[in-house]
Amino acid sequence: MTRAVITGIGVIAPSGLTAEEHWRSTLAGELHVGYHDDMLKGQVSGFAAEGLVDPRLIIQTDRWSWMSLAATRMALDDAKYDPAGHDPYATSVVLAAGSGGNEFGQKEIQALWSRGRAAVSAYQSIAWFYAASVGQTSILHGTKGPNSVLVSEGAGGLDSLGVARRIIRRGTPAVIAGGTEAPLSPYALVCQHTSGRLTASRDPRTGYRPFDADANGYAPGEGGAVLVVEAAATAAERGAQQVYGEIAGYAATHDGHHPEEPAPDSTQLARAMRKALADADVTPDEVGFVVADGAGTPALDALEAAAIRAVFGRPVPVTAPQGFVGRLCSGGAALNVATALLALRDGVVPAVGNLSRPGHELDLVREPRRLAADVVLVNARGFGGFNSSIVLKRYPEEGLKHAR
Amino acid sequence: MTRRTVVTGVGVVAPGGVNRRAFWELLTAGRTATRRITFFDPTDFRSQIAAECDFDPIKAGLTSQEVYRNDRFTQFALAAADEALAESGLDLDATDRDAVAVSIGSAVGATTRLEDEYVNVSNHGRDWQVDERYASRFLYQALVPSSAATEVACRYRTHGPAAVISTGCTSGLDSIGYGHQLIEDGDADVVIAGAADAPISPISMACFDAIRATSARNDDPEHASRPFDATRDGFVMGEGAAVLILEEVEHARRRGAEIFCEVAGFANRSNAFHMTGLRPDGLEMAEAITDALGQARLDPTAVSYINAHGSGTKQNDRHETAAFKRSLGQHAYDVPVSSIKSMVGHSLGAIGAIELAACVLAIRYGVIPPTANLENRDPECDLDYVPKNAREQRVDVALSVGSGFGGFQSAAVLRRWSA
Repeated sequence: MTRAVITGIGVIAPSGLTAEEHWRSTLAGELHVGYHDDMLKGQVSGFAAEGLVDPRLIIQTDRWSWMSLAATRMALDDAKYDPAGHDPYATSVVLAAGSGGNEFGQKEIQALWSRGRAAVSAYQSIAWFYAASVGQTSILHGTKGPNSVLVSEGAGGLDSLGVARRIIRRGTPAVIAGGTEAPLSPYALVCQHTSGRLTASRDPRTGYRPFDADANGYAPGEGGAVLVVEAAATAAERGAQQVYGEIAGYAATHDGHHPEEPAPDSTQLARAMRKALADADVTPDEVGFVVADGAGTPALDALEAAAIRAVFGRPVPVTAPQGFVGRLCSGGAALNVATALLALRDGVVPAVGNLSRPGHELDLVREPRRLAADVVLVNARGFGGFNSSIVLKRYPEEGLKHAR
Repeated sequence: MTRRTVVTGVGVVAPGGVNRRAFWELLTAGRTATRRITFFDPTDFRSQIAAECDFDPIKAGLTSQEVYRNDRFTQFALAAADEALAESGLDLDATDRDAVAVSIGSAVGATTRLEDEYVNVSNHGRDWQVDERYASRFLYQALVPSSAATEVACRYRTHGPAAVISTGCTSGLDSIGYGHQLIEDGDADVVIAGAADAPISPISMACFDAIRATSARNDDPEHASRPFDATRDGFVMGEGAAVLILEEVEHARRRGAEIFCEVAGFANRSNAFHMTGLRPDGLEMAEAITDALGQARLDPTAVSYINAHGSGTKQNDRHETAAFKRSLGQHAYDVPVSSIKSMVGHSLGAIGAIELAACVLAIRYGVIPPTANLENRDPECDLDYVPKNAREQRVDVALSVGSGFGGFQSAAVLRRWSA
């Protein structure tokens, strides 16, 4: 079966406006969740769409799409892959979107209700809906391959990579995948408040703390990551210079239990992890470390800890660096994949973000840890019961030569 | 060995009749369900017409909790899933729930509830810094439309992969296509696959007003949706849902299910051209059609019916007429083509699934639904669009296509089942 490898990474996150900036900050353990306007959140500061995105596009799109377009550009540059240099059907775009163009949408509903229907922008119909970023990306880069938009809240980033692999296996050589999210506009925040899962803390240090004994909810954040996924053979053919890793396994399950309550047990999360490992044809013992979903509520953290213990049966190193940036909805899982790949590259596992009093029987990574791993498992869950797992595998340097 | 996908159940919530039977009666009678908007006062709007569903969620079998928690689009999805599952005869208690997946398409999710609630929390659009004390308890479910897949999975306690696919107006074709791929790839044996949208709200009407995409034939709502007609002036907003039960064929056979047809091919492409504009050549849609037919190992001449996107905008109907000619060659002139949007309107992401449901029924009953309101063909639309009256004709292979904002072009091929 065609192997799918990741050859480019672009990041826009509270922790940095490039992949390397994010990686440096994550290893340095910098906390980017802050107290702004009466609540904790992980803002992307210093992000100016100007300079990264065509001004004509800026007025037609929401902040979420700006981040997506900027991250895509960086991922393509990183991979040294220009879709314009290939058959237009050879490249696809598959992104996750959790909540769409929030700020743009709020502005236009506001305009409608305060000033009447003639005040609604001609761009509302193309800016707010969940497919906006994929549409604009495919137009900007001239890509005509099969597309999709995955909506599964926090699990979406992994699901987009699962779909990317399906598309590659069906014959399209390259896929732009991942996702970003911009849910920090006023109305989007009010909506999130009603989920009952946000931290009420005002101190970033005592707010979102995955796997902490005092975990009390999460802080929402914005940003995410976009990845270039390619068929190994065509990546080799075009002389791709780097492979961060292979999407070796992927699986998704749903708790199918209750739209709001946590699952009664960790059966379905554990099943997603086991299926992803089996799909990758690796045993739990071969996994170097786990990047956890780290929901940051006591019940959800306990369920994930139980699933990890059940699947591994040994103290596998577990990290959840998103504690430094907040939960980025569908951008979060994509960012964790980027982080996991950089950890594989440099042989160092970043620490769990903002952990002070470990609350679960897990080998939680407290400080960046030297670890020459070949395989990493990433978990992501979405509100309502989505469970996705992905297994990333180091792709041997000589591997591309063989693929050729 | 290739795993093949068959359809074993169909559920529909559509304007003019909120179940499969009423839907099919409407289509085969060539009646239209478009009318002046009743959900709000549309007087100030450019387009004041829509195809609305007279839908009572409790009568449709939803629990009051499900109604309270969810936007209308999710309620539609649940009602359609219920009907589809009942018809399939699938006993979930006798089925491995780990192998049952959910794939629901939606273009705009809970947009209606998001707008209704916004009016409350913003003091009728006066305050930008909205007040959460006026927010309803389930607003997060509205913000993340993945809730539709969650509600379906929770109602039937399924544990296979679940997702909402949101590719604008091709969402319904793409979500069923995704379900088909889950079966092909061995990730599920059964998929509850469909799509739902409920966009008849002030903001949705206003945003299409702003680009003049919707029909302004306000003095004649019943005849406003006029695909391929020379006097067409845009699409008519609709709402609804359809769900198909997709099943791996051996799974269906083992339980002795009635097989309606096979999902023989699915493909999509982007036109990489414009968010709302279409090039007249129909190139990318033709690519999708050719790919889908190739997967089905069918020659273009095997197509017995095309369910067109036929939205009734000037450019769309020409675009896809060109795509049919490009992909099917001379056969495009011989094969019947129709647009049910002439009767049930354009329910954005839902319509792709509703149209596939119509294709399943066309194969099953040997009737091709017409294009209502087609009086004077646009000279540039010169195919057989089955004007006004349904046609009794055996359908072995149905092709359904969709086209949407963002440049999305999708095609699916359904085939009469034969082993």
